[in-house]
Amino acid sequence: MASFPAILRSEWTKIRSVRSTVWTLALTFVVTVGIGALLSLLTNDNFTEFRRNDPSPFDATGTAFSGMMLGELAIIVFGVLAIGNEYSSGMIRVTLAAVPQRGTLLTGKATVLGTMALVVSLVTAFVTFFTGQALLGPHSTTLGEPHVLRAVFGAALYLTMLCLFAAGVTTMLHNQTMALGVLVPFFFLLSPILSAVPKVRTLAHYFPDYAGSRMLLVYEQHGQPYGPWTGFLICLAWTLAALVGGALVLRKRDA
Amino acid sequence: MIELHDLTKRYGKTLAVDGLSFQVPPGVVTGFLGPNGAGKSTTMRMILDLDRPTAGRVTLDGKRYGQLSEPLKYIGALLEAKAVHPGRTARDHLLWLAQSNRIPERRVDEVLALVGLTPVARKRARGFSLGMGQRLGIASALLGDPEIVMFDEPVNGLDPEGILWIRNLMKRLAGEGRTVFVSSHLMSEMAVTADHLVVIGKGRLLADLPMPEFIRRNSRSAVRLRSPEPERLLDVLAGAGLRHEPGPGGSYEVVDGDIATLGELLTAHGVVLHELSPQQASLEEAFMQMTADAVEYHAGDGPGRDAAGAPGTWGAGWKANGARPAAAVRQEEN
Ligand SMILES: Nc1ncnc2c1ncn2[C@@H]1O[C@H](COP(=O)(O)OP(=O)(O)O)[C@@H](O)[C@H]1O
Ligand SMILES: [Mg+2]
Repeated sequence: MASFPAILRSEWTKIRSVRSTVWTLALTFVVTVGIGALLSLLTNDNFTEFRRNDPSPFDATGTAFSGMMLGELAIIVFGVLAIGNEYSSGMIRVTLAAVPQRGTLLTGKATVLGTMALVVSLVTAFVTFFTGQALLGPHSTTLGEPHVLRAVFGAALYLTMLCLFAAGVTTMLHNQTMALGVLVPFFFLLSPILSAVPKVRTLAHYFPDYAGSRMLLVYEQHGQPYGPWTGFLICLAWTLAALVGGALVLRKRDA
Repeated sequence: MIELHDLTKRYGKTLAVDGLSFQVPPGVVTGFLGPNGAGKSTTMRMILDLDRPTAGRVTLDGKRYGQLSEPLKYIGALLEAKAVHPGRTARDHLLWLAQSNRIPERRVDEVLALVGLTPVARKRARGFSLGMGQRLGIASALLGDPEIVMFDEPVNGLDPEGILWIRNLMKRLAGEGRTVFVSSHLMSEMAVTADHLVVIGKGRLLADLPMPEFIRRNSRSAVRLRSPEPERLLDVLAGAGLRHEPGPGGSYEVVDGDIATLGELLTAHGVVLHELSPQQASLEEAFMQMTADAVEYHAGDGPGRDAAGAPGTWGAGWKANGARPAAAVRQEEN
């Protein structure tokens, strides 16, 4: 059997030595923090105007995380590229010849990818939160308020799971263009549209993005189908299913 | 040692590899020859467990590839040129590969020097020429200092200088006692590099024999004789103790015969001749003949055989000489 620590080192070298993957990860940080900061600043400056006809309590955490949509996009692209560029370059054959134990290989890849995504997501989530709060001035909240700390950690876990979900789907499709072509429209067109349509909405509530993003909510929302932890478990189930699916395809397929 | 046991691979309707069994002898250069589409690359992918056989198996010193714990230390392969991420430097490419098999980092710089890529070690592969990509692929193959190296069409698309470099490298590797298994669709390429030859056509084994033996069997010359009175012709040949073989279109061929001696002999006996011609076959022709047979065999059309009897090429009898005994040699060797 190949040595697992050796696989981890090797996969780490792979990820850090290609600019495009490193950049998408950096972009996750930049857009999430940046857009959150911008929206927080605007909200603070125009607070009474923005809040005029809104009866719900103001969500200072949610405002800071206004950039999540784009952050999600960036980390999904990171997950796709990290796996998919081996297929597009034909390098997957070199990899599999070096590490023929395909299940172990994918476990190693997911471990490295997941760790990197988690570290970057945690940093992103906390920096986003604190920057947002600093710019919200008198309207800001603190980590000590109910559910806020959970929401910040939730944002990090959600981003990490999306990255691994994307990696699993890319392994299943063994093609990075196809993976982007499936994932991006799914998360940024299909899922938002479906969750706005009555009836179909119930289905869309079990998609990984809707489920995962429940963890970010600080206040109960009207008509919410389930709580943050159920949302976490649903998103986790999607992520594991994608990775297991990827492993099955990788093990069975000719490279 | 690489051993193939009845290896078969089917892609949908295409039977890419059809019951291949042979061994790659250790310590020499074995040429793996076959026309494009013969199944060479598919066979090599199955050796590395990249493609899964439909039937049969490959063993490496008795083990399956998947049982090797650090395979790069045992077998190194170059399959396609440029199986490298364009955005990664040559050194980083070799580094992750080395790390995966716990090969020390200093070996990365050694192989870079060995293939002459040290000056571009920190350049991204995007800008590499085909030849540089090929050298990087060879560096990856040599990284684990393996006992066996396997190259798939390594000289394809290279300039003459690159071709010479690869030929010399393979000789050097074999000289160091390594097993070299190299594919090509060019007989001429094999003739200058291989010690042993495995020929396939349409996924089937056509020959498996040492190169000198292949040359001996396939580069002989003959004199072709055609006469309206064949009985008399054969009597005279028999009288002179000359062995003959049936040629195309009712002719006869005297293997290694001297054309002047034969002409004088038959004139002295008053035998009327319609043809007295020298026949030469190159190794290239022997190869084409062999693989044409495979094509015909699979298409199942008998009459095509006669086309081989055109002047200057191999006759029907030659075919029997060229192809069949080659398979027989394999039997004897096993
Ligand atoms: N992945 C594949 N899918 C379908 N057909 C394939 C695949 N790989 C090879 N083939 C077919 O198998 C045959 C043998 O191909 P290959 O092994 O590449 O031959 P060679 O390397 O000798 O030129 C060809 O007919 C080719 O089209
Ligand atoms: Mg080929």
